[in-house]
Amino acid sequence: MNALQQIRFIWKPIVFLVCLLPLLLLIGDAYGVTGSLGANQIEAILDRFGNWALRFIMIVLAVTPLRRLTDWNWLSRFRRMLGLFTFFYAFMHFLTWLVLDQELRLSDILEDLTERPFITLGFMAVVLLTALAMTSFMAIRRRMGKRWQLLHNMAYVVGILGVWHYWWQVKKDITEPLIYAGILCVLLTARITWRWKQRSLRASAQRCGIRIRKYK
Amino acid sequence: MLIRKPNDIRPSEITSEANYLNRRDFIRAGAIAGGSIISSGAIGAIVSDSQLAPLANIAKSPLSTSETLNSFEDISTYNNFYEFGLQKGDPVANAKEFKPRPWSIKVSGHAEKTGAFDFDDFMKPFDLEERIYRMRCVEAWSMVIPWVGISLADVVKYFQPASKAQYVAFETLEDRERMPGQKGRSLDWPYREGLTIAEATNPLAILAVGLYGNAIPNQNGAPIRLVVPWKYGFKGIKSIVGIKFMSNQPKTSWNMANPSEYGFYANVNPEVDHPRWSQARERRIGGGIFDKKRETLMFNGYGEQVAHLYKDLNLRRNF
Repeated sequence: MNALQQIRFIWKPIVFLVCLLPLLLLIGDAYGVTGSLGANQIEAILDRFGNWALRFIMIVLAVTPLRRLTDWNWLSRFRRMLGLFTFFYAFMHFLTWLVLDQELRLSDILEDLTERPFITLGFMAVVLLTALAMTSFMAIRRRMGKRWQLLHNMAYVVGILGVWHYWWQVKKDITEPLIYAGILCVLLTARITWRWKQRSLRASAQRCGIRIRKYK
Repeated sequence: MLIRKPNDIRPSEITSEANYLNRRDFIRAGAIAGGSIISSGAIGAIVSDSQLAPLANIAKSPLSTSETLNSFEDISTYNNFYEFGLQKGDPVANAKEFKPRPWSIKVSGHAEKTGAFDFDDFMKPFDLEERIYRMRCVEAWSMVIPWVGISLADVVKYFQPASKAQYVAFETLEDRERMPGQKGRSLDWPYREGLTIAEATNPLAILAVGLYGNAIPNQNGAPIRLVVPWKYGFKGIKSIVGIKFMSNQPKTSWNMANPSEYGFYANVNPEVDHPRWSQARERRIGGGIFDKKRETLMFNGYGEQVAHLYKDLNLRRNF
């Protein structure tokens, strides 16, 4: 088995199962096997899915900076799966809100979407994530060419919207939203710094009359 | 899909509603002492045995609702009590070692009788009553809770407030060692609440000292807390150490923390939304995940008793 096959047939299934653990634990808790969802189960389900969506967007946004830092290029092989799990948990969070919390009452849903800014933000994040998930197939990616990267840079916007949504939702204690915001800042700064370095590298190369290929 | 609500405590181990309501028959029969109405072994996971002191001579009240009670477990494991942590499950975990004795209550301000009273002395003049009330949290969930308490109106009258006493202010214990949540700055400690004198003397208002026939669990505000069922739950200040008769409106904790979201009155009102969520409906705790939300009632359904207090007040402005 070569390295690529190892990733495909061994590591990807393992990562997939690990990413599924939060869902399995939630189901286990709902049935009282692994734990409990407490007195307010709908709130607990909503919080679990929402929290995991936030964690996954942080993880997926960390892939590229981590790859550059460590030269572990194989990390990028897992980016799509992690992105799709972000979509999955965010969408389950959205569905829980829509079906269990709002009970599909259209007037209430529209009122929440238009009058409660934190819900508007969360909804925007889910819409964006849906677009990213639907364009994640290789065939579509190829067909989209350069526009694909442009669209998928929106992952950062999703991260910002998600953290902002969480921040505006909490009643008093903003410790957790602050932690997410901190992580997001570090990840964004890493990207911007890297871009900026690239640009100055290219500029100085140009001055010397050398044309360089895009690095990595 | 059937999702069962998980339970470390089997439902059969908890006093059933029927048994609870018939507990007097049990006692009369002499077969079961009050303390074993709730099996202390099972509940031991939630409160320590020493806390399960049964209360005696509890009168019934016509002000009680006949709605289905929330379980002891729901009431004592899903709490907002920031003095013991910010998550709903924190109070039950962090209040276990809390000792609500000895306890002193300081009565001060514009009243004939003032001073510091030991808890037992404070309680002596008053009769215990069971009050089964709906509780509506500002977070849009609700419960039905069988409190045991004393009439706040009786308490106010007993201390003989002066005519210039227009408000009653309450204060929670401030003690970082005993209340670890106070090490954080989530609220400006101590927790403060207040009522107008007319609200405090309304027959519905009580100071609760018990739950399900036993002394109130620490996480619900031992040894004594306010219950004003027509107002959002945060008005129900817990573990009270100070009662003050005042001529001016007292400062209240959530109003101080976020005045645009939490007012002094905080009456349950389905027509005035919280800036970030609707107050039109509420989720009754314990209904499971497919239970429909119910319509929130004006004054939490206690309009008959309290609406007259606010007839000259703009409730949209004075939320």
